[in-house]
Amino acid sequence: MIEDPRSKMVRHIMIYAILTVGAIVMMVPLLWTVSTSLKTRDKITIRRLELIPDPIAWENYPYLLEARPIIQYTRNTMIIVVASLFGAWVPCTLAGYAFARIPFPGRNLFFGILLATMMLPYVVRLIPLFLFFDEIGWTRTFGPLILPRLLGHNAFYIFLYRQFFRGIPDDIHDSARIDGCSEFGVWWRIFMPMSRPVLAAVSIFAFSFAWNDFLNPLIYLGSNKELWTLALGLNALQGFEGDDNSLNLIMTFSMLMIIPMLVVFYFGQKHLITGVTASGSLKG
Amino acid sequence: MQASLKSKHVQHDATRKVRLQEWWFRNRALIGYAFIFPWFAGFIIFDAMPFIYNLYLSFTDYQIGTVSTPPWIGLDNYTEIFTEDKLFGKSMYNTLYYLGYSVPLRLIFAFFIALILNLRVRGMELYRTLFYVPTVVPLVAATVIFAGFLNTRYGFLNQFLVLIGAAPVRWLSSPDAIKPSLILLSLWGFGAQMIIFLAGLQSIPDDLYEAAAIDGGTGWHRLFYITVPLMTPTIFFNLLMGLIGGFQVFEQVFILIGTHGGPLQAGLVYMLHVYNKAFRDFEFGYAAALSVILFLIIFVLTILLVYTSNRWVFYGDAQDDET
Repeated sequence: MIEDPRSKMVRHIMIYAILTVGAIVMMVPLLWTVSTSLKTRDKITIRRLELIPDPIAWENYPYLLEARPIIQYTRNTMIIVVASLFGAWVPCTLAGYAFARIPFPGRNLFFGILLATMMLPYVVRLIPLFLFFDEIGWTRTFGPLILPRLLGHNAFYIFLYRQFFRGIPDDIHDSARIDGCSEFGVWWRIFMPMSRPVLAAVSIFAFSFAWNDFLNPLIYLGSNKELWTLALGLNALQGFEGDDNSLNLIMTFSMLMIIPMLVVFYFGQKHLITGVTASGSLKG
Repeated sequence: MQASLKSKHVQHDATRKVRLQEWWFRNRALIGYAFIFPWFAGFIIFDAMPFIYNLYLSFTDYQIGTVSTPPWIGLDNYTEIFTEDKLFGKSMYNTLYYLGYSVPLRLIFAFFIALILNLRVRGMELYRTLFYVPTVVPLVAATVIFAGFLNTRYGFLNQFLVLIGAAPVRWLSSPDAIKPSLILLSLWGFGAQMIIFLAGLQSIPDDLYEAAAIDGGTGWHRLFYITVPLMTPTIFFNLLMGLIGGFQVFEQVFILIGTHGGPLQAGLVYMLHVYNKAFRDFEFGYAAALSVILFLIIFVLTILLVYTSNRWVFYGDAQDDET
């Protein structure tokens, strides 16, 4: 296409202007968080905009680790994360493999059920599940948070795996089977190693959903401070309007929750998009 | 089976292994069932049974003191919701207000920025990351950050407004500003939809645009006759997911303004009402009825959207495989 160079330049300037202004607006809350997390207590109560704190209160970080049981919160959160990753790696991939590769009577029916559960809002299961776990004495324990995750109770992950596995050529599967490889062997030796992108994508989801979960820990662990997760700890630190003296520490805590997510995202971003689009999830 | 019965002679491991493999080969279906078993067990325990029990609960007067079988009260919970419960209407209104703004605005921002990023200008990766990063922030942290960011006295936004000579706003304590604050927080996460749009845009084959250019189509033509029609499945997906999620908005509100929903309960969304009934008042039967109503709304809406999608969603994707 032939384009007038002047109008092309104007267009470019407009594009960059929109993107830059937009990006600044999006980043301001985060920059403010970083800045506030490094402010001393008397600095936060000054009613004046000050983006670069003076002095920089690095001590907020070690102070918070000492003042709040951050290590314990992290350990508790990691227990849920690990259960979630196990579920995402083993039972979910097996189910995805079966739905993609093993013909068995009723497969379409089961798969239909799986899809239907993806649309089932959590709210209609919340109360009975709570009553059930209460009945068997599991409230105030990790049980309700761990058991569903260990079983790989996530239709979305299974769906993503299934879509990805269907994209692996039949020949590979068939030749392995003819060579006497069991289904389990095909899954473990061939499909799992070939599925790194989708495994990475699902692992990121599993990590972040477990790391960010708030409602379930709130309901089941809310009254047992020993088992609080980072999300619960952060929420408890937050005061409401009028009680803002620890705004800096709240932001320090927020940063502690954000940084691991940024690291996971940084290493996984390449896979996040390829994994999900390769699974064709958007095409249904 | 017969094969294993016939073999009376001494088996060494190799033949036994082969037999086992043969047996499994013929009984693949069993392996299939074994592989989906954990999921299916989870489905029964964590989906099907709770769903049915929830429905049952909604017809009972199950409360905190209820020990054995909860008393069956028929449709009483539902009549109470529709005739006496003032908070039902209020929370439904708040939720719809929130949805009505946040879902379309998120989609518009996400689509617009994705279109610009898809122009493949230099530095696109950096911009994409900057727009996406807020969605990586855990929801609890994002909400707590906004609570500080919107703080009347010490928050960034009001200090900024004062700096440019505007009047500060009581974002979280005035009834008029609560819902806009929640919508603002939701908009901060539009990167999630943006990245999905971007993936969709990048899968549109270039030759379609080239063909349009040869035929003399302008940029607007390309946008409205190629890009938008080909993107309708993605728009549909984001719209549906946005609505389903928006109806269930909870954590942000719980953390930002507390369980009471703020002054005049301007921030009391539907899920908060359900939560309060169940976990503060311990009226489980009543809360179950509220949840059933929300489920029905989401269900009917999904059906309607899927049903009407034939009219505006374009599924003629060339690179579509089966399903």
